[in-house]
Amino acid sequence: MTVVLSTIEATAEPMLPRPFEVVATRRETADTVTLDFAATDGEGLQFSPGQFTMIYAFGVGEVPISVAGGSADDNVLTHTVRAVGAVTDAICSAEAGTQFGIRGPYGIGWPMDAAEGGDVVVVAGGIGLAPLRPVILRLLDNRARYGAVSLLYGTRSPDDLLYEEELRQWRGRFDIEVEVTVDRAADGWYGDIGLVTNLLTRIEYDPENVTAMVCGPEIMMKVVAREMGRAGTDPSSVYVSMERNMKCAVGFCGHCQYGPDFICRDGPVFTYAAVRDRMRVSEL
Amino acid sequence: MTTSQTKVVERVDLGILIDLLADSGYDVIGPTKQDQTIVYRPISAIDDLPIGWTDVQDGGSYRLVRRDDSALFGYVVGPHSWKSYLFPPRSVLLTIENVDGELIFTPPDAPDRRYAFIGIRACELAAIAIQDRVFLGSGQVDTTYANNRAGLFTVGVNCAVAGGTCFCASMKTGPRCLAGYDLVLTEVLDESTHHFVFEAGSDAGGEVLHQLPGRDATEADFARVAAIVDDTAAHMGRSMDTRRVREDIYTNRDSAHWDRVAERCLSCANCTLVCPTCFCSTTEDTASLDAALGQRERRWDSCFTLDFSGLHGHPVRETPTARYRQWLTHKLATWQDQFDSIGCVGCGRCITWCPVGIDITHEVAAIRTRSEVPA
Ligand SMILES: Cc1cc2nc3c(=O)[nH]c(=O)nc-3n(C[C@H](O)[C@H](O)[C@H](O)COP(=O)(O)OP(=O)(O)OC[C@H]3O[C@@H](n4cnc5c(N)ncnc54)[C@H](O)[C@@H]3O)c2cc1C
Ligand code: SF4
Ligand code: SF4
Repeated sequence: MTVVLSTIEATAEPMLPRPFEVVATRRETADTVTLDFAATDGEGLQFSPGQFTMIYAFGVGEVPISVAGGSADDNVLTHTVRAVGAVTDAICSAEAGTQFGIRGPYGIGWPMDAAEGGDVVVVAGGIGLAPLRPVILRLLDNRARYGAVSLLYGTRSPDDLLYEEELRQWRGRFDIEVEVTVDRAADGWYGDIGLVTNLLTRIEYDPENVTAMVCGPEIMMKVVAREMGRAGTDPSSVYVSMERNMKCAVGFCGHCQYGPDFICRDGPVFTYAAVRDRMRVSEL
Repeated sequence: MTTSQTKVVERVDLGILIDLLADSGYDVIGPTKQDQTIVYRPISAIDDLPIGWTDVQDGGSYRLVRRDDSALFGYVVGPHSWKSYLFPPRSVLLTIENVDGELIFTPPDAPDRRYAFIGIRACELAAIAIQDRVFLGSGQVDTTYANNRAGLFTVGVNCAVAGGTCFCASMKTGPRCLAGYDLVLTEVLDESTHHFVFEAGSDAGGEVLHQLPGRDATEADFARVAAIVDDTAAHMGRSMDTRRVREDIYTNRDSAHWDRVAERCLSCANCTLVCPTCFCSTTEDTASLDAALGQRERRWDSCFTLDFSGLHGHPVRETPTARYRQWLTHKLATWQDQFDSIGCVGCGRCITWCPVGIDITHEVAAIRTRSEVPA
């Protein structure tokens, strides 16, 4: 049993992070912060939209976080993090200069190439806008390659909106339709109230030549896929980003299994066609 | 280097094998008797083996009893498996130095040792091959596993007895060692003789075999070996029909039988800890009080815990039904999609060590019966 493994010691350690330093922070909401990181060795992290990294907070732990933007050439890596527990608290309370360990990027992201030549519908719920932000930036940078582009975004309340300044800019453009809704309004809110899925009927797209990219609670992703299916969109043109507990991101820890798939490496982005049957089964 | 392909080694000479391996620098690990069970620990002589003992196993029960002979390998598998050495229950992934806020990540040095495992059963060789695919063969290479696995020397044993919960014959993993060994032995013991028929499975095995005293094996020796393993195969305590098992489990995701198993299941995770193929793990982070040094450790985890599937404040698999379904579905169905093989080798450990005697062979049979009934 000795033969097979003679070369193995030479391979790189798959769970070894690199040090990254926080260079800027922007508070988005009461519990959510956007942070720009820079690799201390100067080597920016190359990613595609929809991929995620593992962020290690010293002595606390390591969590999967989607890439929300940045540029490898400029050595900027942007993450938007909602504080829900020990590690995300540590990230959200970090100041410029704090170092974290980051490894990745991991996973299969959004179908930016496959979507070319057709319409694109982006649907986000809550923090689900974070992994879709690089999609929107990429669409706008390469606007001519795509047909009609729309963004539907829903949050619990106006206070929970991410990227407000950017949203305002995007709404001001004529080449992207942006619709925002909240579950509960507050004073000064003149926009929509209700489920993000209700906005689908309002936008223009060719149901038979569209790519949908959807990230939010599972129930919301299901409803979007179903509604678009009713309008004539094939379930293999609707992409959803799945979330499960995750400890290693390289297919060893077993936590993110979703039926036969490891979400860390076979996802997190799947076609609705691929996961539709599984989404019907509770506690899978 | 000269090699031998086969050899018949007398009982009195078998200790030389351990000496040879130890002298070549291996850490030699083998079965030993401890606290009324047989577990794998370092050995330095034949007397360390559980000579003259056997195990009586059934659902939820394990007992060591005396044999009426002095066989060296006259038992089957206990609560330990070799995964404790290759994929240890705890291992350090990283140490992190914090020098005034600057983080320096260091993986542990590769250990300076090689293991020789003596007494690996056929089902266990199959289990190691399965974990090889998980940790070495699916894209990324797990460093801890690879380091422990590198240079491993394996001495397999063809089983001369079948345990009460064994079903390797139906899983096609045993009782004869099929692949993955450097050496394999069959123990031949009766009133007139006590010897071991060795076969080499690799050059490294052939070199060691060449240095052992003994004679070449004959047709008669191999006929005896065949008779022994055939008899073992005929006396399996359990069996499982693996044909279409994946499809049957997928179509029976909502079988009422999952609930019936879950009513008995304690979610104690024993089954996953004793299983030689289960590979799930979690991580633990610590830091020294002065915050100068951090450590990431990996430890075995189990899909039977609530934390395992924690997401947004709730476990995804909240009910024991969902957790048992996850475990069994993974072993027998999704494993095939992930790694091109079934995730169970038929060792019977999960049956023996389940405190309430839940039996994977019975449960899967009950879960799939419904698919034979027209809807
Ligand atoms: C692919 C992927 C991308 C993600 N992207 C983002 C993102 O861009 N921004 C963001 O704020 N969050 C994101 N998350 C969720 C984030 O990983 C969890 O909020 C985080 O792990 C919680 O860890 P904690 O130590 O802060 O909290 P804990 O105290 O560990 O737990 C808080 C809550 O989070 C759940 N949780 C714990 N560990 C995990 C885990 N490893 N994965 C998922 N949930 C977990 C727990 O069940 C609990 O309900 C993403 C998750 C995945 C799987
Ligand atoms: S599932 Fe049970 S019988 Fe199968 S390999 Fe694991 S412990 Fe052995
Ligand atoms: S099946 Fe048995 S061993 Fe496994 S978790 Fe349930 S009670 Fe424990």
